Amino acid sequence: MNTGPEQFVPHSIDLSALVRRSVASLYSHLVTRPMGQALRMGIESQIAELGEFCVSVLDFTQVIVLDYSCADEAVAKLVLRYQRDDRPSNAWFLARGVSEQHREPIEEVLSRHNLALAAEVEDEGFTLLGAATEEERDAWHVLQQEGTLTSAQAAQLLGSGESHAASILESLAARRTVFRANSPLRYIALATLLTRPGGRSRD
Amino acid sequence: MKIIAAPASLDERHFDSVFKGLAEAQGERVLVDLRHVRWVDPFGLVGLLAVGSVAARSGEQPLLQLPDEPEVISYMTRMGFFEEAEALYEIHGPKRRKGETRESDVLLEIMPIRAYDDVHTMVERVNERGQVILTSQLHYPRAQALQFTTLLSEVCQNIVDHAEAGGWVATQTYNLTRRPPGRRVVVIAVMDLGVGFRASLSSAHASRFVDRWTDATALEQAFMHGLNRFHDPHRGQGLQQIRRNAARWSGRVTIRSGTARITEVPDWDESPPLEEDLPEFPGSQIGIILPARLEAEAPPPVRSRQGVRR
Repeated sequence: MNTGPEQFVPHSIDLSALVRRSVASLYSHLVTRPMGQALRMGIESQIAELGEFCVSVLDFTQVIVLDYSCADEAVAKLVLRYQRDDRPSNAWFLARGVSEQHREPIEEVLSRHNLALAAEVEDEGFTLLGAATEEERDAWHVLQQEGTLTSAQAAQLLGSGESHAASILESLAARRTVFRANSPLRYIALATLLTRPGGRSRD
Repeated sequence: MKIIAAPASLDERHFDSVFKGLAEAQGERVLVDLRHVRWVDPFGLVGLLAVGSVAARSGEQPLLQLPDEPEVISYMTRMGFFEEAEALYEIHGPKRRKGETRESDVLLEIMPIRAYDDVHTMVERVNERGQVILTSQLHYPRAQALQFTTLLSEVCQNIVDHAEAGGWVATQTYNLTRRPPGRRVVVIAVMDLGVGFRASLSSAHASRFVDRWTDATALEQAFMHGLNRFHDPHRGQGLQQIRRNAARWSGRVTIRSGTARITEVPDWDESPPLEEDLPEFPGSQIGIILPARLEAEAPPPVRSRQGVRR
């Protein structure tokens, strides 16, 4: 697959706004499995409209309550679906507006499925939520700081061998927490893709 | 007619005598006598509704004799007890004042839970008033107060997901004079009249336990190990989260189902962690007590014999 960041469509989803459309009058309280399923279907249909490549921002800024059941359906199963080989399209996910009351359910449901999710967390900035090794977290943070890295550059910053750094970055790419671009081979932080000029955005 | 005399304190610790009385009725018409009740909490109120529902299955409407103590009746009114009870019981006793104003310190009046929509309604109600009560009276930080709503949401979803029947939820805050002494607490009661834990988990798990598949085993597997009726290893998080959050807040959680009861026992409590051979009662009955944060203790309450409501 010969892909570069110029092909990306940033896609921001205000979860509370989506809920308003999906399930009338229940906006800021994301609770129960049926609501999570409705949310996931809404997000999937928006992604489908955007084409092949898309970074989808899951915006929790307006969400007051998020329970585990809803988080499992709307976040974990969404990430899981686009991580599989039979995913409907190439979408990557970045959570935004994550505060303390959201973080625990999101971390819990991701960890249960052995998933990870890039997120911008209140009072902490960008971080990796869910299941990840220390090495994966370190590499992810270095990439997040630099924006774009080759495996050689990552190895230098991480103080490891290039093949080891490459395997960690490949693992992060396979888990869709970073973007792997070809020609030349390099890895790009998802937040960097969102800030590139020229991308279409849809709030 | 079987007369069931309710204890003076009608709460989770004392409610078994009512269940026992009902089990002994064996289809006779039942009169639940509340005359000597001096204290009732959400568990007691929701428990009375559950007992009334089960008693009515005999074909004869049960009777309810109201407490002599006007303050108790007033509290029952404020908690919305009679809106539900009038459909279940033939009610006798002192006249109740209609339309009594419900006090704002009630965290959540008795609310029926039959479908997911009820869970959404409950969450909205708790967030309207609950956040203020939890942050100002129990001194929970805002994020933790919101996690309390999450806990309630999960526990009520258990009714919809597993019980195959309706139930009720109610919560209230109190100052208790004992266990935990002098601390303000929030008391949560959630009950359903469904199939209970043993039957709910049976199709997915009973075969592994053969003749050891009892109410106690089912409760242990659900509460301690997160087993659930679905063949999905990623579900069953609700009870686990309830247990984890309650432990974080030094809370007490008890789940009674069938003939057994399991308790998450905090350091201020001495309940046995697992009880068996209790009087049989259908469905599940969950009681949760969450104390105020210790570092910001509420001022001492005005004491009565059992405790003080504010």
